[in-house]
Amino acid sequence: MRKITWSRVAINLTVLFLIVVWTVPTIGLFVTSFRDKQSISNSGWWSAFGQGGFSLDNYDKVLFGGDGLATAFLNTLAVTVPAVVIPILIAAFAAYGFAWMQFPGRRILFITVVGLLVVPLQISLIPVLKAYLAINLNGTYLAVWLAHAGFGLALATYLLYNYISQLPKDLMESASIDGASHFTTFTRLILPLSMPALASFAIFQFLWVWNDLLVAATFLGTSGDVAVMTQRLVSMTGTKGQDWQLLTAGAFVSMIVPVFVFLSLQRFFVRGLLAGSVKG
Amino acid sequence: MQQASAAPPARGIGQVLATGVGRVVVSIFVPIVAFIVLWAGFLFLKDSGAPKLVIVLVAIVWGIGGVALLYVVANWLTEKLPSVWHRRILPFVFVGPAVAILTFYLLVPAVLTAWSSLFNANGKAFVGLDNYVYSFTNPEMVTAIRNNVLWLVIGTLFSTGMGLAIAVLVERSRLDRLAKTLIFLPMAISFVGASVIWRFVLSFQPEGQPQVGLLNAILGTFGISPVSWLTGEPLNTILLIVILIWGQTGFAMVIIGAALKGVPEEMLEAGRIDGASEWQSFRKLVVPAIWPTIVTVATTIAILTLKIYDIVTAMTNGNFNTHVIATMMFQQAFTFQDSGRGAALAIILLVGVMPVIWYNLRQFRGRAI
Repeated sequence: MRKITWSRVAINLTVLFLIVVWTVPTIGLFVTSFRDKQSISNSGWWSAFGQGGFSLDNYDKVLFGGDGLATAFLNTLAVTVPAVVIPILIAAFAAYGFAWMQFPGRRILFITVVGLLVVPLQISLIPVLKAYLAINLNGTYLAVWLAHAGFGLALATYLLYNYISQLPKDLMESASIDGASHFTTFTRLILPLSMPALASFAIFQFLWVWNDLLVAATFLGTSGDVAVMTQRLVSMTGTKGQDWQLLTAGAFVSMIVPVFVFLSLQRFFVRGLLAGSVKG
Repeated sequence: MQQASAAPPARGIGQVLATGVGRVVVSIFVPIVAFIVLWAGFLFLKDSGAPKLVIVLVAIVWGIGGVALLYVVANWLTEKLPSVWHRRILPFVFVGPAVAILTFYLLVPAVLTAWSSLFNANGKAFVGLDNYVYSFTNPEMVTAIRNNVLWLVIGTLFSTGMGLAIAVLVERSRLDRLAKTLIFLPMAISFVGASVIWRFVLSFQPEGQPQVGLLNAILGTFGISPVSWLTGEPLNTILLIVILIWGQTGFAMVIIGAALKGVPEEMLEAGRIDGASEWQSFRKLVVPAIWPTIVTVATTIAILTLKIYDIVTAMTNGNFNTHVIATMMFQQAFTFQDSGRGAALAIILLVGVMPVIWYNLRQFRGRAI
């Protein structure tokens, strides 16, 4: 019995140690974001507790000052919400089509879609940019939404197909006997039933789009009125490399929404991802 | 959304609509109206002087509603067709948009890129495989490829391995909920944000000046001189990989942890009766049972490491020999304006990702059947 208790203590101490190691860097940033420029460069954040002198100045400056992170926040929001919903909708339609409809070329089209998982999005940036410039679409929200949709669709279709194709066959048959069209079956039956898979991909895509730098910078632009938050952060590291105090507050503002979404939905995240890989 | 177009029309109108002419007129009219509405929204968003908040709200409604509307109208149109054609065309209403978007955004660009990787910097002269030869012989390129291999091996092994180890540990601890949440949390943070965080860990000042970086401060308390973490290779690349591990271990832990819960208790019980030690039953029973999940997690992270870009850009911008394939590709394509070499690197990236995804899919197929 004694031995077991000791191993328990050891396990708990190890876990505690891991928690500390994993959290300390973030705490460092959090503490720093309340300090002024002078003290940040003169002493480590861990010595701040003795000195005091915390204020909200950095947040005030970064949100409402010349950097306009408030605008960037709205831009990120306008990019993210449709860039999450649109690919999910399109992928869900496609997944249903591939899983429950018969048509010539079904197999080859599906293999092509899954095969496109290998294409890194970096390959697409220049060709798509050229096409956008030719039709004068670059710099619009639509351009970014469709780009994110394009880069997320292969995975989304694949994950949703795995889920939707495993729904019971009787369900589709009885819906069809009741006279429901494919469209009605899809919107009334399949979409609600697929919620776990939809939600887990939504969280994935949300984190990816919200935290993305590359796609938004390429297709929406880097100027102040359209730049997203990650873009503003990067230009802050560049143009005022030594203004760490603003950068820290900015980084924290950009984290609030994803962390909140993540914490409130992490249950779905795991369940939906496993739904694809583990049966039942 | 759906009701808007499918609502039963009033009686008189219904009779008109039922006639052939009425049907044709409506079939043309509805898509045109839908198109005009969408176009008006597009123009509004493009050059509106409205307050930002209004634009954002309109954009969200227009974007999501627009896509839904297109599906509704397309489905409605196919329903107007004779039933043979309806049945033939409807599947393409479902899968068509996805296939079209993927073709435009991935398939065509991949083919174009493969083609332009065979041409010189301005894309005019055919150079055969010269760009690939360059990619594997130029010292800087070789360093980038070596770094990417480090990312692939160290990043994948440690994220997955530590994820597995922590998942097992946490299950036996009373701090499980707290530990899971806090170790998972970095996954929600962008690589750019993570890089800002890690600057305060890895920051370096010359000896004698106050150290604001955590690592050097810790060294200082033991009387060790500060180390310039990010300038010496290969230590700098390994430290950048640590940032990735910090971010991805939580992902591995949570997914593997969920799979661990699915391991049947009877199996472990049987192992115990046979006299297997804790370690033996973990190695011989638990790991094989969750192996497919481990592979899924490892391949997902492996793909991430092959494409890694943000951390390197935000931390060192590729200086001090920390370049990877993706950052080199950007340098070639945008800074040096050499589309041929940039394209060749992109194709190398694609070829590198291919076996990993193939392995992932094969695992997946094996399980689904």
